[in-house]
Amino acid sequence: MAAFRSFLRNFVNWLYFFTNVYFGVTTMEMPEPDARILARKDRIVARLRSVLPPETVISELSETRAYECDALTAYRCPPLAVVLPTTTQEVSDVLRICHAEGVPVVPRGAGTSLAGGAMPTADAIILGVARMNEVLETDYDNRFIRVQTGRTNLSVTGAVEEEGFFYAPDPSSQLACAIAGNIAMNSGGAHCLKYGVTTNNLMGVTMVMMDGEVVEIGGAHLDAGGLDLLGVICGSEGQLGVVTEATLRILRKPEGARPVLIGFDRNEVAGACVSDIIKAGILPVAIEFMDRPCIRATEAFSGAGYPDCEALLIVEVEGSDAEIDAQLSRIVNIARLHNPVELRESGSAEESAKIWLGRKSAFGAMGQINDYMCLDGTIPVSELPHVLRRIGEMSQKYGLGVGNVFHAGDGNMHPLILFDANKPGDLEKCEAFGADILRLCVEVGGCLTGEHGVGIEKRDLMVDQYGADDLDIQMAVKDVFDPKWLLNPAKVFPLASSASRRAVSR
Amino acid sequence: MLIPKTESELAQIIADAEGPLSIQGGGTRGMQCAGSVLNTRGLSGVSIYEPGALTLVAQAGTPLAEIEAMLAAEGQRLAFEPMDHSGLLNTTGTPTIGGVVAGNISGPRRISVGACRDFCLGVRFVDGTGRVLKNGGRVMKNVTGYDLVKLMSGSWGTLGVLSEVSLKVLPAPEKSGMVVIHGLTDAGAVQAMSRALGTPYEVTGAAHAPQGSDGQPITMLRIEGFEESVTYRAKALQKVLSEFGESSVELDQDRIASQWRWVRDAKAFHDHDGHVWRISVKPSDAPRLVRSLDAKAVLYDWGGGLIWALTAVDVDVRASLEKDRGGHATLVRGEGFARFHPEIPPIAKVSRGIRAKFDPRGILNAGMMEA
Repeated sequence: MAAFRSFLRNFVNWLYFFTNVYFGVTTMEMPEPDARILARKDRIVARLRSVLPPETVISELSETRAYECDALTAYRCPPLAVVLPTTTQEVSDVLRICHAEGVPVVPRGAGTSLAGGAMPTADAIILGVARMNEVLETDYDNRFIRVQTGRTNLSVTGAVEEEGFFYAPDPSSQLACAIAGNIAMNSGGAHCLKYGVTTNNLMGVTMVMMDGEVVEIGGAHLDAGGLDLLGVICGSEGQLGVVTEATLRILRKPEGARPVLIGFDRNEVAGACVSDIIKAGILPVAIEFMDRPCIRATEAFSGAGYPDCEALLIVEVEGSDAEIDAQLSRIVNIARLHNPVELRESGSAEESAKIWLGRKSAFGAMGQINDYMCLDGTIPVSELPHVLRRIGEMSQKYGLGVGNVFHAGDGNMHPLILFDANKPGDLEKCEAFGADILRLCVEVGGCLTGEHGVGIEKRDLMVDQYGADDLDIQMAVKDVFDPKWLLNPAKVFPLASSASRRAVSR
Repeated sequence: MLIPKTESELAQIIADAEGPLSIQGGGTRGMQCAGSVLNTRGLSGVSIYEPGALTLVAQAGTPLAEIEAMLAAEGQRLAFEPMDHSGLLNTTGTPTIGGVVAGNISGPRRISVGACRDFCLGVRFVDGTGRVLKNGGRVMKNVTGYDLVKLMSGSWGTLGVLSEVSLKVLPAPEKSGMVVIHGLTDAGAVQAMSRALGTPYEVTGAAHAPQGSDGQPITMLRIEGFEESVTYRAKALQKVLSEFGESSVELDQDRIASQWRWVRDAKAFHDHDGHVWRISVKPSDAPRLVRSLDAKAVLYDWGGGLIWALTAVDVDVRASLEKDRGGHATLVRGEGFARFHPEIPPIAKVSRGIRAKFDPRGILNAGMMEA
C-alpha cells in the first residue's frame, strides 16, 4: 500500500513537471530533475523525519505546492519536500542528510525574491528558515542585534525601536522579507545612499555548510582577521551555506527626517539637479526619482497631489528640526537654479507622508494598470537621461508601456514594464524588453541587478556583464564551499556555464 | 624589481613567473614576502572621476596622495580615512590606492561610515595563473554575482594582484568639531564612547588614550558636517556626556585634524620599541582585555572596538583573547608570531581552498596570511 502511494505521488510529481514544461507554464530552462532522487523520495523524507519534528517536514504535493515559487510567480515547480527547522542544529542535521543523499537544497527565507532566488526544482528540498525568528541578543552599548535569520526585516527594527534604534537596510518588502533572504541577496532599500546595503550592516553570521558543519564568521567585533569571507557570503544567493543567525549593526534613529518634492520638465534637468546636490556636499538619506508615466499612474491611484511633469525628485534629509531646515534650504536653492516646475518643502509629518504617499504606492499603482515586471539594473548616475531616452524608444518598439522609479542617488533603477499575463506572448515580449534594458545598463557602465539579485531571472544575462573567466572564478568560490554543487545549484550562473560543475553531484 | 606598465604586462609577468612573487604597491606597509618584487607603480592614473556620482576609478598603482588631492579639489574625500603606516613601520615610499584596498586599510572613521571594503565598488585583478579578471563595477549598488570585491579587499595580494579599483567617495564636511573629556578610566571612557555613538549626532570618531600627549587620559569624540550642525551637535553631545565629567569642545580645524592623524597612525608608538598589535573586539570587552594584556601602552579607537597595543616582544596578545568572546589580533609591527590571527579549522580550510583556486601555484605573497 505504501509502495502504491509512493508510486502515485511520484507519478503526480512527474505529471506536474511535464505539464509545466510542455504546456508553457515554465519557459525558464531548469535542470532536469534527477530521477534517482525522485525515486528515493520516501527514504529521503523518512530520514528527514527522523531528525525533525514530524510537522516540520512537508512532502504531500498539496502542501509543497505552497513553496513552488517565490515572488517571481511566472515560474513554478513544487519541490521534492519542504523542511521548516527551528534551530541551527536541525538545519545542520538536514544538510548532513541531504549531503549524504546527494539531494539539492534550496534555502528560503520569506519567499519574497523577485528574481526566483528560492525557486525549487522537483528533486530539491526547500529549507525554509521562516520559523527561526527569535531575537537572540540585543546590545545597545555595542550597537548590535543578533537574530535568527527567519525574522523579518521590519521586526528587527521593531525589536529595538523602543530604545530609539533601528536596522538601516529597508527593502520595500521589509514587512515580509526575512533577514536570511536579505543576506542572500545583499538587499538594499531607499535609504542606502547614506546607510549602505545589507553587507555594510552585517557584522557576523552563524552559517551551516552543506556538509552540516556549523561555523561562526565575524560577530560583535568589526572586520575579518583573515580573508573577508563574510563579504562573499553576503550576496551569494544561498549558494555557499545556510545562514541561520546574524549579527546586525543597529543605529540610533535620527532626530527627524523630512523630504522636499521637486518637479522638472526634463529628465536631464532632474539628473543635473541630483548631481549638483551631491556636489554641494549634501548627503541626503534618500533621493528618489519618478518619470512621467509613473507620476501619472501613482497620481491616479493615490491622489498624492503630484504635478503632471516629466520628472519628480523626492529628496529626504535627516537631523534636528533646525538642521533639516538648513539642509532643505540648501537643496531648494540648488533646485531653483534648475527652474523647477514644482517645489514643495515638507514642514510637518503630514506633509512628509503626503510627499511619500505616491512614491510608496508606485508599484501598486502600476499594478492597477496591468501586470508588470519590475527590473533592478544600476547605471552610473550621469547616464540617467540617455538611459531613460533609450528605454522610451524600446517601449515604442515593443509596444509595452514602462514607468521608471529610480533610487537616483545611487543609480539603482526600477523600470516597471506593463504587460498582460493573459495575452499569449506578452510575457515573453516583456522579458525580451527587460533583458534589453538590463543589457543597456551594462553597456553604459552599470550592472544587471542593484538589489534584487540574479536568481533564475537574470542568470542567462550574466554573460553580458562578465566574461567566461570572471564567471569561472566566482564558481570556483562555490566549489570551495559546496564542492558537490548541492546548494541552490541552478541559480546565478548560466546553466551552460555551471553544467560541468553541477554534473559532479550526479 | 618587476614593474609592469600595463595590465596585460602584469598578466604576462604572473603567467611567466617561475617562482614566488612579492607584491608591492608603495611598500609602506611592511609586507615584504619571499621572491621577486612585483611593483604596481607603473599602473597609475585616475580614469574616471565623477563627483556628482560619488565614484572614482583608478589604476592600482596610483599614489594615494594624487587621489586625495583630486578629491579635495572637488570637496570630497575617501571617507574610510586610510592610515599611513610609514611612521609606525619606519618605511619610505609612496602609498598606492591598490595597497590601501589590498589591505582594507581603514582609520578612525570606520566606526561610523564603514571600512575600506565598504567603499570598494569594483576591482580588476590578475590571478595567480595570469588571468585578467573583474568583479563588481563602478556603480554603488551591485549584487550581480558573488561579491569578490570584498574578498579581494583585505586579501593582501594573496588572491591576485589588483590592477584597477573603483571606489565610492563622499563629500568632505564643511567643518569638524571635537568633544574632549580628560581623566577617564579606560572602562569609563568606553562607556562614554558607547553613549556618544548611541546618540543621533553621528559621531565619526571615538578614541581614548590612557596617556595622551601630556601623559594624562584623554577621550575624543569627533563630529563633522555643516558648521551650524557641528555647533549644535557638539553642545548636544556634551549634555549627553555630562555624567562622565567636564568636557570641552575643540573647534580649531588644524588641531582636530592633527589629533585624529595621531590616532589614525598610532603616532604614540612611533618612537618606542616593541611589538605593535591591532586588536578588534566587542567594545565593552576592551578594557578587561587591556588589563590582561601586559602592554606597555594602548590606544582605543572605534569606541573601544579597536585596540592598538604596544607590547614587549615576547607577549602573545592572542592568548588573552578569550576564544568564546570573539575578536582577532594582527601583529602590525614585529616578528615571532603569525601576522594574521589564526582561523578556526573549518574557516582555515575554506580560506586555503579559495587561495588554491585563485593562486594554484601559491606564488602570490606566499604564506603571508597563513599561520
